[in-house]
Amino acid sequence: MIRVILPAHLRNLARVMDEVQLEIHGSVTTGAILDLLEETYPVLRGTIRDQKSRRRRALVRFFAVGEDISHESPEKLLPDAVATGAEPFVIIGAMAGG
Amino acid sequence: MSRVRLLVGTRKGAFILTADGQRADWEITGPHFAGWEIYHIKGSPVDPDRVYVSQSTSWFGQLIQRSNDGGKTWEPMGKEFTYEGTPGTHQWYDGTQHPWEFKRVWHLEPSLTDPDTVYAGVEDAALFRTTDGAISWQELPGLRSAKGKLWQPGAGGMCLHTILLDPTNPERIVIAISAAGAFRSDDGGQSFQPINQGLKSPYELPDPDAEVGHCVHRIARHPSRPDVLYMQKHWDVMRSDNAGDLWTEVSDNLPSDFGFPIDVHAHEPETIYVIPITSDSEHFPPDGKLRVYRSRTGGNQWEALVDGLPQQDCYVNVLRDAMSVDSLDPCGIYFGTTGGQVYASADAGDSWRAIVRDLPAVLSVEAQTLP
Repeated sequence: MIRVILPAHLRNLARVMDEVQLEIHGSVTTGAILDLLEETYPVLRGTIRDQKSRRRRALVRFFAVGEDISHESPEKLLPDAVATGAEPFVIIGAMAGG
Repeated sequence: MSRVRLLVGTRKGAFILTADGQRADWEITGPHFAGWEIYHIKGSPVDPDRVYVSQSTSWFGQLIQRSNDGGKTWEPMGKEFTYEGTPGTHQWYDGTQHPWEFKRVWHLEPSLTDPDTVYAGVEDAALFRTTDGAISWQELPGLRSAKGKLWQPGAGGMCLHTILLDPTNPERIVIAISAAGAFRSDDGGQSFQPINQGLKSPYELPDPDAEVGHCVHRIARHPSRPDVLYMQKHWDVMRSDNAGDLWTEVSDNLPSDFGFPIDVHAHEPETIYVIPITSDSEHFPPDGKLRVYRSRTGGNQWEALVDGLPQQDCYVNVLRDAMSVDSLDPCGIYFGTTGGQVYASADAGDSWRAIVRDLPAVLSVEAQTLP
């Protein structure tokens, strides 16, 4: 089970209280997580990546096991710790703090 | 008894204020969509409980929400705003060409006859329309063909902020863009022509009488006289008696002719309201005094309305979509400030009071008169 942590704005939009859990069959990549996330919560389409180009929005970043993977290929395999659910896949709004 | 509902968009959510026809006691709900910028929220004139919302942030982009019950519940709708064909370029601040890029929806204008049809004015400036209740949006690309390469962003971005639908002629649409000017369609939005003759921008444009490029801040009109248009330009308050074919200045005795909103009394087509702001760099009222100015002569003879408004140390701004009128008698006037106050007058502007004081910065105010 993949664990995904959304920023507060997107949790409100998707009406989820806590982290999201997704069951991915196949390779666990950023692209696969976002595909399933958008399929499960259609309201999130366009909020994390552009709906047409599927490019990451400029002020959104992705983290896995403490590493910023925002600029890596969406097809790259994520670490086992994310694939097994030991660590979450984290989506944040860049510079979202004070 | 009639009621009034105010739809207030702010930097951090939407608020809905309601009162009975006395307009003395107001109930407030919100924030709806807390934390999101609500550039505009407006109800259908055909079905006032059908309300459309532009919700956005720079982080997570644009959403459109719809309510079918006057704002009690909301449903996310279609949010794909794709320019027709190859978007091309427009002029950038430094005069170079810059690609057209969608940023946000500034203004939603529901149809006068169909609750499922809504026009959307967006940044970078373009006009979109839905005919299925906001499930899908299509651009009306004829607008950007009206010398779009020469348009440029104003300080707030290249936004299409004004959409006027003509109650007597469904083929006629007037729109305005900062900093491109005013444009009119006489064929239902298929094509547009610039209507900027008479506007003068000596401090902003190399050619002060240019056909396009003027920084129009807002246009208003009375539904009974659709050919009479009132404009608050970057500088100058203007009037046209021929649907924009020619404009004349009517600023006269205003303490500053810079400002953002302009609106028309619901029952007196020659009574108009503006809120003077000091200058393009000093976005606050002259002398720290928040004054609404009213002209009962369609411009040129202005009186200050100050009763109930702060007359010292006031340095808020009032943005272009943040003033509205109801259609009760006497006419109610409302405006919101960047300081979070919403001021209301239930006597056509003679007296004012803050019906809420501490909202986030107000971006838009729309008044609905309900049965």
